[in-house]
Amino acid sequence: MIAVRNMAFYIGLIISITALTSYPAQAAIESFEFDNAQQEQTFYELTKLLRCPKCQNQNIADSNAELAKDLRNKAYQLVKQGQTKEQVVDYMVTRFGNFVRYDPPLTPATIFLWLGPLLFVMGGVFILVKQVKTQTGKKQALAPQEKQKLASLLAQHDRDSER
Amino acid sequence: MLNKRRILMLLVPFVIFIIGAIFLATPLLKGSDPSKLESALIGQPVPKFTLQDIFNQNKQYNADIFKGQKMLLNVWATWCPTCYAEHTYLNKLANQGLYIVGMNYKDDRQKAIRWLKELHNPYQISLFDKSGLLGLDLGVYGAPETFLIDSQGIIRYRHVGDLNEQVWNDKLSAIYEEMQ
Repeated sequence: MIAVRNMAFYIGLIISITALTSYPAQAAIESFEFDNAQQEQTFYELTKLLRCPKCQNQNIADSNAELAKDLRNKAYQLVKQGQTKEQVVDYMVTRFGNFVRYDPPLTPATIFLWLGPLLFVMGGVFILVKQVKTQTGKKQALAPQEKQKLASLLAQHDRDSER
Repeated sequence: MLNKRRILMLLVPFVIFIIGAIFLATPLLKGSDPSKLESALIGQPVPKFTLQDIFNQNKQYNADIFKGQKMLLNVWATWCPTCYAEHTYLNKLANQGLYIVGMNYKDDRQKAIRWLKELHNPYQISLFDKSGLLGLDLGVYGAPETFLIDSQGIIRYRHVGDLNEQVWNDKLSAIYEEMQ
């Protein structure tokens, strides 16, 4: 009886582990043949650079989606025809928009990506300089009253430690 | 004086936080879906193509079919469950007199013909894009997609996903009415 229960437990455990573990998506093994190493390099770079429109955050090299496969094939065709990396990227952008690029171009909509960090650093430096200035301004000699208080506190401390 | 400055300094991060929160919350509350992309072809003519009629292999169409009147171009496939869901509404729109061109995308011809016979055919013209050639040129990244095309053959809008009464009334009908 106990053995049966144990087995049920282990089976349950195995099922839940299998269900909860997500296997990393593996791109299907495709073989592309190129005329030269340059083309192969271009194709390799393109599949890293082009983003799969269907799958939010994967490039077409990593994605297993049907559409990513189509785009890999199309990129391969175009590279094989002798098109440059820029030409292939342009081809994709005219169809899918800038979403398809992992290095977005400088446009009014994306300018914040470049200016944002710069503004942030400049703001930080500004606040720092201001802060340092006010701090140095505060360094004033003690008022007579404060001097007296300090002296009496020190005297008190000395007496306490002598005991 | 000093107190005022302190309050001001403390307010700055708070204000930045509020701006950031509004910036991030607006698309969330508006219910915009980040997986829906705007078409790169808005304001551009339908790309050139030559495709077969789905019922008749000998009949071919090109981009000229999109000129002369405003219409919808619906991209669908039998392997796409959402296409099944929206099919009834497409029939309804067709019955209201809308001109709808269907593009069967990367599909099996026999299955597609059976689908149209069984579920009624809302399309005036049915293109058969077996290899997804026109789909690629249109930037289709998932079926169903519906393009609104004016009488000059210019793409005015693309809707990705289920076309239903709510979507039509809330968004598409206004764009459709405004088109020439």
